[in-house]
Amino acid sequence: MIVWPAIVTLVWLLVVAPLLPGIATKTRAWLTGRRGPPLLQLYFDLGKLWRKRCTYSRTTTWMFRVAPLTLLMTTLGAACLLPLDGSHAVLRFSGDFIAFASLLALGRFALVLAGLDTGSSFEGMGASRDVTFATFTEPALLLGFATLALLSGSLSLTGMFGTAPTPAWTAGAGHVGAAQALIATSLFLVLLAETARVPVDDPATHLELTMIHEVIVLDHSGPDLAVILYSGAVKLMVFGALVVGVLIPPAALSGVRAVAALTGGLVLVAALVGVVESATARLRLTRVPQFLVTAAALSALATLLVLLQ
Amino acid sequence: MRAAAELLLVLVVLADFMILGTSRLTTCIRAIAFQGLMLGLLPIALTQHWSLRIAGLALGSIVVKSLILPWLLKRAIREAAVRREVEPRIGFSLSLVLGVVAVAIGFGVAQRLPLPEGAGELLVAVALATVIMGFLTITTRAKAVTQVVGYLMLENGIYLFGLTSADRVPFLVEIGVLLDVFVGVFIMGIVVFHINREFDSISSARLTELHD
Repeated sequence: MIVWPAIVTLVWLLVVAPLLPGIATKTRAWLTGRRGPPLLQLYFDLGKLWRKRCTYSRTTTWMFRVAPLTLLMTTLGAACLLPLDGSHAVLRFSGDFIAFASLLALGRFALVLAGLDTGSSFEGMGASRDVTFATFTEPALLLGFATLALLSGSLSLTGMFGTAPTPAWTAGAGHVGAAQALIATSLFLVLLAETARVPVDDPATHLELTMIHEVIVLDHSGPDLAVILYSGAVKLMVFGALVVGVLIPPAALSGVRAVAALTGGLVLVAALVGVVESATARLRLTRVPQFLVTAAALSALATLLVLLQ
Repeated sequence: MRAAAELLLVLVVLADFMILGTSRLTTCIRAIAFQGLMLGLLPIALTQHWSLRIAGLALGSIVVKSLILPWLLKRAIREAAVRREVEPRIGFSLSLVLGVVAVAIGFGVAQRLPLPEGAGELLVAVALATVIMGFLTITTRAKAVTQVVGYLMLENGIYLFGLTSADRVPFLVEIGVLLDVFVGVFIMGIVVFHINREFDSISSARLTELHD
């Protein structure tokens, strides 16, 4: 069954996705008293990179060339599973939240293999860091999903965020409101880690010994790099949609209003990322697991709250 | 139980986690002050009918727990020239995981306790979890100031437990507020004797020096 509203919404959000990192960067620049790059900077970058040519090192194999496309496909696949217009996802089946987490993990896996494929010890270091931190984000993400599944009585993302009658969090029945606030906070912390934002990683630095995500993509160039950057923007959009989906009861809205609410929510989440980036410093690498354990603890607390009622 | 009270209780637990997870003394103190504020607001959120006693309880807790004691603690840090870092004996991540275990224990026990009518399970669960995390802070942090913070958490947990019967035996709760005086004495001790690391003479770490 083809759900046209869902497809149109997905296409709209895929078009505006590169705007979100721009908003985050702009907010950060504005709060620190600088002018910052224009909002559409990522579109310009993508256009410029697309006109260039890929350069491949002689040590790389087919894995290096396949990785960007794999990353794009898996990220788009994950976006397809979300009910972005409030009631329908492009794809839905029972237990698709596992598929969502697995698709994102597969994309990361491909990128990490490509990093190792270059034979550079620098990229190997970034790869090891990236997978280390991923093992801490996944429990937080899955615990959050499990709690939402308990709340909505549905095992599909469409049910958790869309059609199932999840009570509004102001209704105050049981501990739903508190649990939803906790999950949203936890998902936001996961978002910061997964999209390589400030307390965990810094998107603005290149060639520093402490960075994580930027290291892995160091050898990619031209359209390959454009695809990776675009996938990063889509990933920010996907995680932002999760945060907004928990906070705004989507069943209360319908059609165009749900899409407008989601788009507005995404802009706010991106701005919030910018605020966090300007207010906090990068965490020391040894402290990052603690940051992510906090996210998992918040999710676990939400699970306990829901189990108790 | 009302949504506002639930939100306050969740914030109390979050303050507990903040104390377990942070490496800075000032953040610890700020978190305990925040917890005190939440505890002061709780009687207002819980009560069905207003009374002078409830208002006094709320005002008293807010003033003592979130203004006076944190101010004294900050002053103690300044006077005794304490270094501004927590010295944990176990890692921060492990502390947080143990905190989650404490919350789980709190919820598990609260469900099995024969509670009086109208006492929220969540309130009891949070009370127990806060007490356990207070013990955790006292035992796993080396500095005297952090141990005082742990004692304050412990006492906040007892106060929460007292709130379950605030309507019937308000006297108990008021005694709970008086326990804060002890904390004041502790802090004064830190200032007077310039204890900037730990209670040396009573530290259990010293026991290792007994063998020859």
